Amino acid sequence: MSALKPIATIASQLPVSGIRRFFDIAASMQDVISLGVGEPDFVTPWQIREAAIYSLERGQTSYTSNWGLIELRREISAYLEKRYDVSYSPEDQILITVGVSEGLDIALRTILDPGDEVLVPEPCYVSYKPCVALAGGIPVAIETDASDNFAIDIERLEAKLTSRTKAILIGYPSNPTGVTMPLAILQNVVRFAEENGLYILSDEIYDRLIYEGEHTCVPSIAGAYERTILFNGFSKAYAMTGWRIGYICGPASIMSTMMKIHSYTMLCAPITGQKAALEAIKSAEPQVLDMVSQYGQRRKVMVDGFNAIGLKCHLPQGAFYAFPSVAATGLSAEEFAERLLFEQRVAVVPGTAFGAGGGAHIRCSYATSVEKIELALTRIKTFVDQLTAVSI
Amino acid sequence: MNPEVCEILSILNRDGRTTPETIAKLTGKSLDEVNGAIGEYEKNGVIKRYNAVIDWEKVGFDKVTAFIDVKVVPARDVGFDAIAGRIARFPEVKSVWLVSGGSDLRVIVESVNLKELANFVAEKLATIYGVTGTVTHFLLRRYKEDDVLYLEAENNERLVIAP
Repeated sequence: MSALKPIATIASQLPVSGIRRFFDIAASMQDVISLGVGEPDFVTPWQIREAAIYSLERGQTSYTSNWGLIELRREISAYLEKRYDVSYSPEDQILITVGVSEGLDIALRTILDPGDEVLVPEPCYVSYKPCVALAGGIPVAIETDASDNFAIDIERLEAKLTSRTKAILIGYPSNPTGVTMPLAILQNVVRFAEENGLYILSDEIYDRLIYEGEHTCVPSIAGAYERTILFNGFSKAYAMTGWRIGYICGPASIMSTMMKIHSYTMLCAPITGQKAALEAIKSAEPQVLDMVSQYGQRRKVMVDGFNAIGLKCHLPQGAFYAFPSVAATGLSAEEFAERLLFEQRVAVVPGTAFGAGGGAHIRCSYATSVEKIELALTRIKTFVDQLTAVSI
Repeated sequence: MNPEVCEILSILNRDGRTTPETIAKLTGKSLDEVNGAIGEYEKNGVIKRYNAVIDWEKVGFDKVTAFIDVKVVPARDVGFDAIAGRIARFPEVKSVWLVSGGSDLRVIVESVNLKELANFVAEKLATIYGVTGTVTHFLLRRYKEDDVLYLEAENNERLVIAP
């Protein structure tokens, strides 16, 4: 008998998410206030849940079309047209996925050959780089700076451009920084992509959670449509994370290949979730606006709180994360997060989990009640004051 | 309506105990502005009252609540207002509305026991000049009142840390 052969190299060498380690520690502790949660604290609005229950009562438990329910795709098409003036045919340009996560995976598998490179501005969502690697590609990190509001610097993109560069992967409003990207910079990114024949993968899952200005839907920018794959879904705006319903839109020529992969690997998104999403897009606009208004209020409390404590924090324009710098404490983000958890029982996520550019920062979600935010800020102040007292 | 007006009011509507300091933080306004605005709302009667929503049954205080449909003859010049005002002033009466449909006024009455409530209807309400009939519906069980659910709490436990 010979030894069992090793598992795949790419998979085994994939780093464990920096979030994971903190999750295990925090989950075992009592009385922890968590600012580490990347999902809404609201429950899915009732009429959405009720529509899902009704669909179950009527026995709607089968597969749907691989593309997803046509009614849902029609609604999404109308929504994108009305909201962003971008036109996607419900027939062959919109694919319902199991969250943006699945969408991202199949899009990368669709466009990448082994060894192809994807430019990924950092800090960014934890899955971007691993998904590129799993699709056989090579993620190429592009640093951005807090001092520049994490803006994408075109010169840095050009510096990392090679003959193997195939795409740029962006997500704004950003998890973890909360920034949106100004239109002028996005236009430059599109031009850069045009000049170099690149695809643009644009994750816009936080598009509705915007507190200042308007969201720019990337495919609506001149020159972008033909090269952009747009990702969105229902998790954040409608408080529907657990339903796992997302969608991808793109040029029909690319969509047909993505749909092929989806049909072999996922078949379709769960029908109950799709029924719920259909109700959400049809009727939950008032609740979306109410949730956005509450996030917007909490954002001010949290950002003012960090700045008052002496942890410099830019005002995020979107998503539900503040991304204060802990540089003033002399601790690394990892040390800060770990000691804060043990000494004051507040869970935050060290910025290193989101790439090099986040090294001096911690990600704090304000998708939690004002009372908890205020209590967490009090505990963080105590922690920071003690650090400062010791260092004097 | 002016969205800035809505913001302070909707915060207070959600939780009447939110302090002006917190409202200032939430809205980005100065404390003086917030205090000024709330003062105006109170003075103008935009904010009627701050009260707690209490589940009296939980503290063992069983009240009797009845919804009474009242038919009345409207009076010259004042229509329904005179009778409605007269009914509304009784302390047992929690709400009075003019409604469309088979009756004219809908009245909510609360009382400590059934006998007192029956007395109120028979002696006070039905005898008012112009009242031609009453239909009394007793409250049996509360499921939702003033936006508050009287059902088992929803449990949406999130992970402590999530991406």
